[in-house]
Amino acid sequence: MMGTIFGIPPQALFGQLLLGLINGSFYALLSLGLAVIFGMLNVINFAHGALYMMGAFVAWLMLTQLGIGYWWALLLSPLIVGLFGVVLEKTLLSRLYKLDHLYGLLLTFGLALIVEGAFRHQYGVSGQPYPIPDALKGGQNLGFMFLPNYRGWVVVASLVVCISTWIAIEKTKLGAYLRAATENPVLVQAFGINVPRMITLTYAFGVALAGLAGVLAAPIYQVSPLMGSNLIIVVFAVVVIGGMGSILGAVLTGYGLGLLEGLTKVFYPEASNIVVFVIMVVVLMIKPAGLFGRER
Amino acid sequence: MSLHSQSSGRASAKAAQASATGPTATRIGALVALAALLAVPFLLYPVFLMKVLCFALFACAFNLLIGFGGLLSFGHAAFFGSAAYVTAHTVKVWGLPPELGILLGTAASALLGILFGSIAIRRQGIYFAMITLALSQMVFFLALQLPFTHGEDGIQAVPRGVLFGVFDLNNPLAMYYTVLGVFLIGFAIIWRTVHSPFGQVLKAIRENEPRAISLGYRTDRYKLLAFVLSASLAGLAGGTKAIVFQLATLTDVTWQMSGEVVLMTLLGGMGTLTGPVIGAALVVTLENYLAATSLPVPVVIGCIFVACVLVFRRGIAGEIQARLGKKSRES
Amino acid sequence: MIARLLAGAALAALTIGVLSTGPAAAQQGKLSGDMVKIGVLNDRSGLYADLGGEGSVIAARMAAEEFGNKILGKPIEIISADHQNKPDIGANLARQWIDQDGVDVIVDVPNSGVALAVQEVTKEKKKIFLMEGPATSRLTGDACSPTGFHWPYDTHALAVGTGQAMVKEGGDSWFFITADYAFGHQLEADTSVEVKKAGGKVVGSVKAPLNTADFSSFLLQAQASGAKIVGLANAGGDTITSIKQASEFGLTQSGQQKLAGLLIFLSDVHALGLQVAQDLVLTTGFYWDRDDESRAWSKKFFDRYGKMPTMVQAGSYSAVRHYLKAIEAAGTDDGPTVAAKMKEMPVNDMFAKNGTILPNGRMVHDMYLARVKKPSESKGAWDYYQILRTIPGKEAFASFEESGCKLPK
Repeated sequence: MMGTIFGIPPQALFGQLLLGLINGSFYALLSLGLAVIFGMLNVINFAHGALYMMGAFVAWLMLTQLGIGYWWALLLSPLIVGLFGVVLEKTLLSRLYKLDHLYGLLLTFGLALIVEGAFRHQYGVSGQPYPIPDALKGGQNLGFMFLPNYRGWVVVASLVVCISTWIAIEKTKLGAYLRAATENPVLVQAFGINVPRMITLTYAFGVALAGLAGVLAAPIYQVSPLMGSNLIIVVFAVVVIGGMGSILGAVLTGYGLGLLEGLTKVFYPEASNIVVFVIMVVVLMIKPAGLFGRER
Repeated sequence: MSLHSQSSGRASAKAAQASATGPTATRIGALVALAALLAVPFLLYPVFLMKVLCFALFACAFNLLIGFGGLLSFGHAAFFGSAAYVTAHTVKVWGLPPELGILLGTAASALLGILFGSIAIRRQGIYFAMITLALSQMVFFLALQLPFTHGEDGIQAVPRGVLFGVFDLNNPLAMYYTVLGVFLIGFAIIWRTVHSPFGQVLKAIRENEPRAISLGYRTDRYKLLAFVLSASLAGLAGGTKAIVFQLATLTDVTWQMSGEVVLMTLLGGMGTLTGPVIGAALVVTLENYLAATSLPVPVVIGCIFVACVLVFRRGIAGEIQARLGKKSRES
Repeated sequence: MIARLLAGAALAALTIGVLSTGPAAAQQGKLSGDMVKIGVLNDRSGLYADLGGEGSVIAARMAAEEFGNKILGKPIEIISADHQNKPDIGANLARQWIDQDGVDVIVDVPNSGVALAVQEVTKEKKKIFLMEGPATSRLTGDACSPTGFHWPYDTHALAVGTGQAMVKEGGDSWFFITADYAFGHQLEADTSVEVKKAGGKVVGSVKAPLNTADFSSFLLQAQASGAKIVGLANAGGDTITSIKQASEFGLTQSGQQKLAGLLIFLSDVHALGLQVAQDLVLTTGFYWDRDDESRAWSKKFFDRYGKMPTMVQAGSYSAVRHYLKAIEAAGTDDGPTVAAKMKEMPVNDMFAKNGTILPNGRMVHDMYLARVKKPSESKGAWDYYQILRTIPGKEAFASFEESGCKLPK
């Protein structure tokens, strides 16, 4: 044995931290999508978990029905979910912008029930297996733990997506329009930019991120209609802690809380499910707008 | 806030109307309703009716907060479910009589309400909804892990016991009239609250909080009090349900349950007194009916949700009142 | 005066009525609702749907068909519902079935938590409850019922079978990954007792919620514990997921640790495939390829369901058949009367030979310790098990005295 750190074997400590980082990758991807949507539409997208599930299911259906493999699914599934998002925004969500934002929450809650219920009705609640792509089979022995290659890939992929999204929004011209439209849509419209279309595309992009997370999750977790419903509440808490609408806050908090959860699993496993919510309460007491949020 | 401003105008219009048409009409209506409630267990399956009454009280409690206080809580299952657990535990393990068990359950929910309320009322609107949701999810995980709740199994085989040492609740009729009594007490408290000066201040806060503050009201206190009252009544409903079904399980503390009570209130009519009762009765009946068919329940419920939000925001009772109000104004 | 007379007459009539519907009526062959209504209540869409589900309904139907779908000249009807693994839904359905729909017997009910809840209802209403799906030995222990019957297996039998066998092979230190509800807790407790009895020790355990998607952190804890055996005290979909992820994380590749699936059904092995499942040691109450009789019945079942029966499905057939025979013998479907009759008669069918039923409702029959065949050993589809040993019923199941059941003997 290699000795211990704070009375804990390093194997357990680093292992759980690494698993925490993997979970954090999903939190970050999902909360990033939520934050982008909230920033632009002021809608908390309750259907986010259902769309994440849909992403995984589309990938599974493509594999089992059409023989389309993982790598194509990684591209196509988010596109399909994004298109579905366009339809939702155009036909339903857009009718509610003049009303209280709470109606957006209620509407997407109903949508989540419908999407989840439909998949559940069709495929039952037990998970469908999705094989790990051949290129990512096997794993690395890191000394303190055996890291399956695929899980390593998830961390890398999520980091790349999160960082490039952040750069796109903070550093590019398109991102500048987006941020401006968030602050003052009327003014931006006056500059000749089609704000409604921008809103639609933002929503589509946000839910496509959820779809992407779903495809990434498919080989790890079983593809199950309920896979999103339990995750989504944690992701909500992540967004509240990070500060709603803050992109950087969502991403950093996502990874941070994943790690923290991993750490809790080592020292006090019973609390690992509630640690995120405890953190949320503490943050709200000290900084009601969230860690990276601005008081509006 | 636009979420309630629509219904609020109507609520006050309705109040005016009620006084205009005279208390007799209302009184007759109430008497007819009461007679129906007393007679109905001879016609329908009592357990089903008790379920309706428990959820009706739960929805009324929720409505007190959203309809009259303008606060959308997405975590009311926490109060409903915790009370169910506390009642079930005290009755089964401590051997308390049912009335004490329900009281303790209600008290536990009140305490939880103070705790959650003091955290959540610092924010409004969507933030308030998210915070209550997250807090209730914490309660869910506690219910999953605390030893006394027995995790996935829940607390089972809760004895119904003997009410006040006289009425044996194993008799379905005795149980039904007990639940009816609890419901009427809860409903009376809500009615009294809404029509009290406290209720008026609450409405004032809902309409324009800064103005209420400038008038010298300590709005946070009013909001907290409304929150705690709503939590306690939700607890009363949850504790009663635990006695009726002799169970307390995780289903009662899930966020889906919080969503369900939102739907009941939305469907029946936010900010109306009878709306939540109608909504609860409809939703419970529908679920009961759908369970026997092959139609997936959540999909149907979700569709109703979407339809309510898009085209039917006043709810059933709200819609009826609006029609009646229009007619009386025209005539 | 007249009123009093009338009341007196009514009372007399009532007394006569009560007396005449008593034991006298029972002997005349009275069936409540003029039919026997069988309610199969199980998981039809979730993680236990494959081991029971529609298959249990078909098995019950096959039993009814042996009687020509008629008993004492009256029809047998079979209905089914999905309890979604929620105790409250299960208990409410059972209550409604009995109160409103005239159901006489409830069958299957996998998920021990749900079964415990339903047992409370059937006990209160004095209706027969035939349990094939649930595992916890509490159902014939502290939570026993005079009208409850537990059929193919229980946690005690699994612990005796697999627990002892693994320790004998040198697996003397154990770490449990336990499903966090009644069944998992009981299975862990029962197995720990057997492991210690055989000279082994338990170094730790972790509780995983029902229907867990990701077992990685639990597996990591198991790895860190250094135990020789990682005992999976879970079932159905959870077992499948944990075995798969154990292979993803290289748990067994190092050769230091072995997995022990404490409750593995034929449907699980089918879902995992022999490549992954090979060499798992398991305990089962039934295997289709045991003898000619079981093969013949299973063939018929296969023709209707497309899958070979699990012990739960085969048990559903056996229990319903025995129940109907008892009604025939007793001439009534009155719960306590039929229960007494069932306990008098031995169980002899393709499922069990000379099975006996203890006063607590435990059906005692031989269990089998089996090993999952390697792909190279399997001669064709569904040729999955090699029976290592027959465990006599008396050894596998707890006696009535040991069970902790408070019923009169």
